[in-house]
Amino acid sequence: MAMTDVQQAPAHHHKPSGWSRWLMATNHKDIGSLYLWFSFIMFLSGGVMALCIRAELFRPGLQFFAPELFNQFTTLHGLVMVFGAIMPAFTGLANWMLPLMIGAPDMAFARMNNWSFWLLPPAAALLMLSFLVPGGAAAAGWTLYAPLSTQMGIGMDMTIFAIHIMGVSSVMGSINIIVTILNLRAPGMDLMKMPMFAWASLITAFLIIAVMPVLAGVVTMVLTDRHFGTHFFNAAGGGDPILYQHIFWFFGHPEVYIMALPAFGIISQVIPTFSRKPLFGYTSMVYATSSIGVLSFIVWAHHMFVTGLPATVQLFFMYATMLIAVPTGVKVFNWIATMWEGAMTFETPMLFAIGFILLFTIGGLSGVTLSVAALDIQLHGTYYVVAHFHYVLVAGALFSLFSAMYYWFPKMTGRMYNERLGKFHFWWSMVWFNVTFFPMHFLGLAGMPRRIPDYALQFTEFNSIASVGAFCFGLGQLIFLYNILTSLKNGKPAPALPWEGADTLEWKIPTPAPYHSFVEAPQVEADHNGSIVSMHGDKHH
Amino acid sequence: MESTRQEQTHYYVPAPSRWPMVGAVALFCLGLGAAFAVNGQSPGSLLLGVGALILIGMLFGWFGDVIRESLAGEYHGKEDSSFRWGMGWFIFSEIMFFAAFFGALFYVRVIAVPTLGDMDYKLLYPDFTASWPLSTGPGITSTYQAMEAWGLPMVNTLILLTSGVTVTIAHWGLLRGRQSQLVGGLVATVLLGTIFLGLQLTEYHHALHSLNLTLASGAYGMTFYLLTGFHGMHVLLGTIMLAVITVRAARGHFGPTRHFAFEAVAWYWHFVDVVWLLLFFFVYWL
Ligand SMILES: [Cu+2]
Repeated sequence: MAMTDVQQAPAHHHKPSGWSRWLMATNHKDIGSLYLWFSFIMFLSGGVMALCIRAELFRPGLQFFAPELFNQFTTLHGLVMVFGAIMPAFTGLANWMLPLMIGAPDMAFARMNNWSFWLLPPAAALLMLSFLVPGGAAAAGWTLYAPLSTQMGIGMDMTIFAIHIMGVSSVMGSINIIVTILNLRAPGMDLMKMPMFAWASLITAFLIIAVMPVLAGVVTMVLTDRHFGTHFFNAAGGGDPILYQHIFWFFGHPEVYIMALPAFGIISQVIPTFSRKPLFGYTSMVYATSSIGVLSFIVWAHHMFVTGLPATVQLFFMYATMLIAVPTGVKVFNWIATMWEGAMTFETPMLFAIGFILLFTIGGLSGVTLSVAALDIQLHGTYYVVAHFHYVLVAGALFSLFSAMYYWFPKMTGRMYNERLGKFHFWWSMVWFNVTFFPMHFLGLAGMPRRIPDYALQFTEFNSIASVGAFCFGLGQLIFLYNILTSLKNGKPAPALPWEGADTLEWKIPTPAPYHSFVEAPQVEADHNGSIVSMHGDKHH
Repeated sequence: MESTRQEQTHYYVPAPSRWPMVGAVALFCLGLGAAFAVNGQSPGSLLLGVGALILIGMLFGWFGDVIRESLAGEYHGKEDSSFRWGMGWFIFSEIMFFAAFFGALFYVRVIAVPTLGDMDYKLLYPDFTASWPLSTGPGITSTYQAMEAWGLPMVNTLILLTSGVTVTIAHWGLLRGRQSQLVGGLVATVLLGTIFLGLQLTEYHHALHSLNLTLASGAYGMTFYLLTGFHGMHVLLGTIMLAVITVRAARGHFGPTRHFAFEAVAWYWHFVDVVWLLLFFFVYWL
C-alpha cells in the first residue's frame, strides 16, 4: 500500500560510465564481470606457476629453479588457484546469474557486494608481492602446515594477512548470496522449485560462512606462534602440530565442496538444456547437495591418516568419507538419467558438461580409493593425490566454469561465441588434461612424492609426458581467451533464446540481459529446477 | 512501512558508492602494514596507522550513507529482512571464528597435553607433568600463576549479564515508545560495557605483572589470552556500536516498528555475552 513513494524513489540509476562504473559498482552484472575477469587473470597467473613446476619436472635433476623457489611455486599455485581463480569465478557467476535466475533486482547488499570484490585485488597483490620480499613467498604448500609455516620469512605473514582479507571477502560475498536467495526470490519461485545452481550456491555460501572464519582463526594462531611466543603448534609449550591439521582440514574439506557444489549446480542447468528434458530427480538432487554439505563437516581427518590417529578415529573418518560417495553417486546418476533418451545436441557447454561428468567421476572414484585408510597410508603425499584433486578441480570445477561461460555468454553479452573454436577448446583441453594428469596416478602408485623438485630416474617418462601435456593444456586456454575477446567485439548477435531447451528465468528476459533487470519483481509460475511455466509483470531498463 | 513483504515489488539498490573502494585500500594498507609490523620493519606501524584511519573514515562514510538512506525512508519490509538475515549470518561467521579457538583449547586440554604426559614422551620430556594449567615443558621458561575465576572474572560475568538485562530494558522502552527508558537503558549498557573493558584491562595488568602470565606461558597462557583477547575486541566493537546506537536513539532515529540497527546491535551484544559465559566456564573455571 505504501509502495507508491518507493516507485518514485531513485532506486535505479543511469548506467555509469568510465572508471567509476567499475570502481564504485553496485550493479550485480558489473560486479560479476569484475569477478570473472579477475578470476581469469588469477587463473593465468596460477597457470604460469604450474608451468614453471612442470618445466622443472620435465627431466630429473634440478633444471631451472632452486628447490626453495619450486616450493614457493607449488604453494602459491595452490593458493592462487583456490582463492584467486576458482572461488571468485563461482562467486562472479552467482553474482551475474542468480538475480536473473530467481527474479531479483540485484544482490541483496549491492554496496557490500562491491567491497567483496575489491578486497580480492589487494589480497592477490599481497600474495604476488610476497615473491619479492626477503625469503620469498610462502613455501609450506597451500595447506601451510605447521611447523613449516611457523618458520619462514615475511612472505608467510603476507600470505596470512592475504588469507584474512580473502576470508572477509568471501564471507561477505556468501552472506550476499544467501540473503539474495532467501529474501529476493520472485513470487512463485519457491525454494523447492528454484534452479539447482541457486541451491548449490546457497549451500556453498553456507559452507563458506561456516569454515572461512575457522581458516582465519588457524592462520591467526600461526601468526601468534610466529611472532608472539604462543605454542599452539609447538609441543614444547603443550601445543601440537597435528592441531594445525585438524583445524585446517575442518576448513579444508568443506572447501573442497565449496569448489565442487557450484560446479554441480552449473552441470544441473546445462545437461537438461541440451538434453531437452527436465532434470531427472530434482528433489533428490536438492537433498543430495544438502547432505554433501552436512557430511563435509565430519570427514576432515581423511587428510590425516598418516598422523597416527587412533584406529577407531581412522575408521570413523574412513566410513564417513565413503558415505559422501552416496549423494555424489545420486547426482551422477541423475545427470546420466537426464541425458537418457534426451534429444541431445553437443554444443560447447554440453561438451564441457559431459567432460565434467566423465572426469569428475574418475576424480571422485580415486577419492573413494584414498578414503580407505590402509590405502591412503600408502598413497598419502604422492602424485596419486595430485592426480585425484586435479581431476576434481580442473576437470571438475574448471570445466564446469567453461561450460557455464559458454552457456551464459550469449545472455551476458548479446553475442554468440565462436562455436568451432569453443569445440576445439573443449577437445584440446580434454585431451591434454588427461595427458597431463592421468600419468600422475601411475607416478603416485609407484611412490613418487609430491612437492619435490627432483625425482628418481624411473619416473622420467611419465613426468615428461605430463609436462608436455601441461604446456599444451595451458596454451589451449589462450584459445578460450581469444574466443571471448573476439566474440565480445565481433560475435554474431545472439538470438533471444540461443539454446532451444533452456527454460529457466534468465532466458525469459531480453538478450543481452538489460542493465537493470527485474526492477519490479515478476510473478512467475515455476516448475522443478527453475523452469518457468509462465511469467508476467517483469520490468527492466 | 506497513507494507508486507508480499506487496513490495521494488527493492532499494544503492547508487554507485566510493566506500567499498576506500575500504579495499584500507585493508591493503592494514594487511601490508601488519606484515611489516610483526617483523619489526619500519613502514609497518605507519601503514597500519594510515590503514586504520582510512578504515575509520570509510566506516563513518558508509554507515552515514546507510543511516541517511534509512531516515529518507528508502528501506521497507524487504530491505529490513535482508538486513536481519545479513546480521544473523554475520554473527554465525563470528561464532565459527571463536569455535576455532575453543576447538584449540579443547584439543590441547583433552588430547595434546595428556598425550605429552604419556609414557611415549618420557624420554623426550622427563620432567613433564600433564597438568592444567600446564606449568612444565621446555617452551615454558618462567613460572606463572593461573587466573583465579572467582575474582574479577566473576565480577565481569555479572557485569555482562546485567548489561544483557539493561539492553533488553532499552528494547522494551523502544517497543512501548518510552524514549527515556530506551536511552537510559542504552546508556547503562554502554557504561557496563566500558566498565567490563576497564576491568579486563586491570585483569591483564594483574596477569602480566603479578602472575607473570603471558602469551608465551605455554598452552594455558596462549588460549587464555587469545580467547579473552578476541572476546575483549568484540566487546570493544559492541560497545562502540552501542554508543552509536545510543546517539541515534537520543536523536529519535528509531520507532517501535522501525529499529533494525538497534536490534542488530542487541543481537551482537547477546552473542558477545554468550561467548563470555563459555569463556568463564571453560577458560577461567574448569
Ligand atoms: Cu577432504
